[in-house]
Amino acid sequence: MSIEAKEIFKPRIVAFCCNWCSYAGADLAGSSRLTYPADVKIIRVPCSCRVNPMFILRAFEKGADGVILCGCHPGDCHYTSGNYYARRRMTLLFSMLEFIGVEQGRTRVEWVSAAEGAKFSRTMNEFAEKIYSLGKNVRLEDLRCRN
Amino acid sequence: MNAAKNQAELIREISGVHPLKCMKCGKCSAVCPAFDEMDIKPHQFVSYVQSGEIEALAASVSLGKCLSCFACVERCPRDVKPGKLIDAARQLVIRQRGNSYLSADEIPQLLDDEMPQQLLVSAFRRYRR
Amino acid sequence: MQRIGVFVCHCGTNIAGTVDVKKVAEMAAKETGVVHAEDYQYMCSEAGQSKIIAAIREKGLTGVVVCSCSPRMHETTFRKAAEKAGLNPYMVEIANIREHCSWIHKDMQEATEKAVILARAAIAKVHLNTPLKPGESRVTKRALVIGGGIAGIQTALDIADAGYKVDIVEKTPSIGGRMSQLDKTFPTLDCSACILTPKMVEAASHENITIYTYSEIEKVAGFVGDFTVDIRKKARSVDMEKCTGCGVCSEKCPSKKNPSEFNRGLGNRSAIYIPFAQAIPNVPVIDREHCTKFKTGKCGVCAKVCQAGAVDYDQQDEIITQNYGAIVAATGFDMIGLDKYDEYAYSQSKDVITSLELERIMNAAGPTGGHLERLSDGRAPKNIVFVQCVGSRCSDARGKSYCSKICCMYTAKHAMLIRDKYPDTNVTVFYIDVRTPGKNFDEFYRRAVEDYGVNYIKGQVGKVFLQPDGTLLVQASDLLDNRQIRMEADMVVLAAAIEPNPDARRIATMLTASIDTNNFLTEAHAKLRPVESPTAGIFLSGVCQGSKDIPETVAQAGAAAVKVIGLLAKEKLTTNPCTAKADELLCNGCSQCANVCPYGAISYEEKQVNDHGIRETRRIAAVNNALCQGCGACTVTCPSGAMDLQGFSNRQMISEVDAICR
Repeated sequence: MSIEAKEIFKPRIVAFCCNWCSYAGADLAGSSRLTYPADVKIIRVPCSCRVNPMFILRAFEKGADGVILCGCHPGDCHYTSGNYYARRRMTLLFSMLEFIGVEQGRTRVEWVSAAEGAKFSRTMNEFAEKIYSLGKNVRLEDLRCRN
Repeated sequence: MNAAKNQAELIREISGVHPLKCMKCGKCSAVCPAFDEMDIKPHQFVSYVQSGEIEALAASVSLGKCLSCFACVERCPRDVKPGKLIDAARQLVIRQRGNSYLSADEIPQLLDDEMPQQLLVSAFRRYRR
Repeated sequence: MQRIGVFVCHCGTNIAGTVDVKKVAEMAAKETGVVHAEDYQYMCSEAGQSKIIAAIREKGLTGVVVCSCSPRMHETTFRKAAEKAGLNPYMVEIANIREHCSWIHKDMQEATEKAVILARAAIAKVHLNTPLKPGESRVTKRALVIGGGIAGIQTALDIADAGYKVDIVEKTPSIGGRMSQLDKTFPTLDCSACILTPKMVEAASHENITIYTYSEIEKVAGFVGDFTVDIRKKARSVDMEKCTGCGVCSEKCPSKKNPSEFNRGLGNRSAIYIPFAQAIPNVPVIDREHCTKFKTGKCGVCAKVCQAGAVDYDQQDEIITQNYGAIVAATGFDMIGLDKYDEYAYSQSKDVITSLELERIMNAAGPTGGHLERLSDGRAPKNIVFVQCVGSRCSDARGKSYCSKICCMYTAKHAMLIRDKYPDTNVTVFYIDVRTPGKNFDEFYRRAVEDYGVNYIKGQVGKVFLQPDGTLLVQASDLLDNRQIRMEADMVVLAAAIEPNPDARRIATMLTASIDTNNFLTEAHAKLRPVESPTAGIFLSGVCQGSKDIPETVAQAGAAAVKVIGLLAKEKLTTNPCTAKADELLCNGCSQCANVCPYGAISYEEKQVNDHGIRETRRIAAVNNALCQGCGACTVTCPSGAMDLQGFSNRQMISEVDAICR
């Protein structure tokens, strides 16, 4: 049996980053050349509170293996209070995800400021590591979404 | 050369210290109560590990003179902790003699009047868990 | 169906080094709707932009995707280019394949695959982009400067000279800040007060400047061009209009043993006091905590002796609400507390002092009248030891990771002044590195060594022992001679690290300005926008942004002022068109969105709608585009899905998610 027969697990990880803190933090991680796995793909949102729980469900439905939401630190939101809304919404959403078959570890909320490139890369490395250990997200798969 | 590198790596591993973080301020040597007794001074220890000159470290008088008081560890502003490096170098010496793991029963036979007591103390400190 | 053009930038080797750009263009060309795909060396260059313009014109593109650096860098550049070609600028999307891809991945294949996916997501988004038109908002022609130190004063003066109104809000009873506490300044030995007080007077007498001392910022609302700020003017207990500043009240005040903040607690002041002789305004303030009248109700001496009848015990805090177009943070710094540095015996001996305390001792208006003497016994010190980097450049929990930047220079200054005034005093400086990057800085330091005979020793001080006879024993290392030194000292001066003002975090939170882990306010770009906060309309001046000396502070203060003037000079600001919008057929008027809106931008109107033939009047959410900042909080709250954010619509976000997960 050859080793190649076993396909290397390439997870799909979606990261929602707020424009003002986390996206800038990701930029800083980039310009400081701090690596994290290429499986992480970032979507820019104006604020963490723009992330509709629907987007996260959609991602899992479409085969994402992990979704992470990054925003400004509590109190530092560019829009004053957006991250508080996000925090509440995500707490509620995450508490229900297990019910529909998505493990707790597949979702995460993290606060990353524009000055925290190192934290961004660390967070992404940790999160990707977690997803590697959880393996492929097979439980929530809508067959209609199969191409 | 390679063996020396490996040994330096081993010291890093045992001590959990990153010698490249040192900014050469010399506070370790400033606080060391055994400074005058040592041939390789605490701050030089860091440089020796950096450059991989472990042979010289292992043969140095300082290994036995360090009191393991850990003043340097406490005061180091950069978390380099020379005291831990010295401790690790001692471990290296012991390990090379094939006595990596000591059990409490073996110790009485191993006791040597010539051996500095501090060496034992620091060995126990490391493995007290 | 959109006609999309994809432009892949090499960015020299920045992108092309790890991403196969040809492959990205090739793969992008296969996406639905993509009619044009090319790659080029530098897309942001004039030539690169003209490629975009040409493609838009020739192929009739309706959407553009640029795969390049972060949109925070060049989004505006490419949008402007599109606009030149007659395309709505908001039909341009950026796929960030540099910061988020080529710079962080090393494997070519992996990075290329990711770049293709990022491009795909941007293409998917552009498919759903709609042309947007920015709105306009007004600019209040008034600026607020928080902090009345040299940074704040200089910024205010520069803005005021350009003809705009400026308010300075200062927490302490007088403007002047840290600089007013200094005795001399480097790299020339100018007397600090002599160069600062004219500026203070100029600010106070400037027709465009209003100074609120003993005041603090209470609340900040609004956004660039139109901030509304509540300023709490703390009760001074002295009527500023009536007071003549004669000082009789302080003289007669029976409560005299209160530590003077201005003298760093080394001297005392009365309970009703003017912090220092040149204070502006020259009006005393009653420290209610220490005043006998406020503590026991029995005193009132100051009111009795005041000829002008200015003392007013019933004065209350006052809230002033004012509108501003721009806000400058100039909150400055303080020295770190040394309670965690027991080894230097700071808390044990009065003769171990910080540099700022030495500054007060050397000052003619200081606790010793300018005579260098030991605080314990009043003797003149014969051996003085300076310890550098106390709490600076520490990676442990006790200190600060950064270099405080000013200590090397002020220590050279102190050493020089002491050797000059008291030539029989031995001065020893223990340093780790002497850092003198600045005009005439190294020459200054060399003068201390060569002309004044200051003894510089490379090595850190490990411990300062307080000996029974009250003298100090300093134990240090001399790394160049490889020996340990023990020397007697009469006085030890610690160059304690500086840290941002303890209020910086609170103020940053009010301003929604970002702040780093060291509590320094973050600049919008480390190199290219050093005086602006990422939050529009907030500017940074002085040490609140990072350690700096007086020349640098003044330069930055001027730079911040120019940015403010540039903003205030505009008649109108164009607003972000990515605002929320309610679908009137879906909105049920539940008011949930209005409840979460942080800007109060959502109101309700009764509107005639035509719902598939049914004409009726409904209560519908209406978004004020001038107020809406586009956070999107309302879009998620809306139970009927009527609220959507233009430029980041639900469908756009979902198509991006789909493209990434495809």
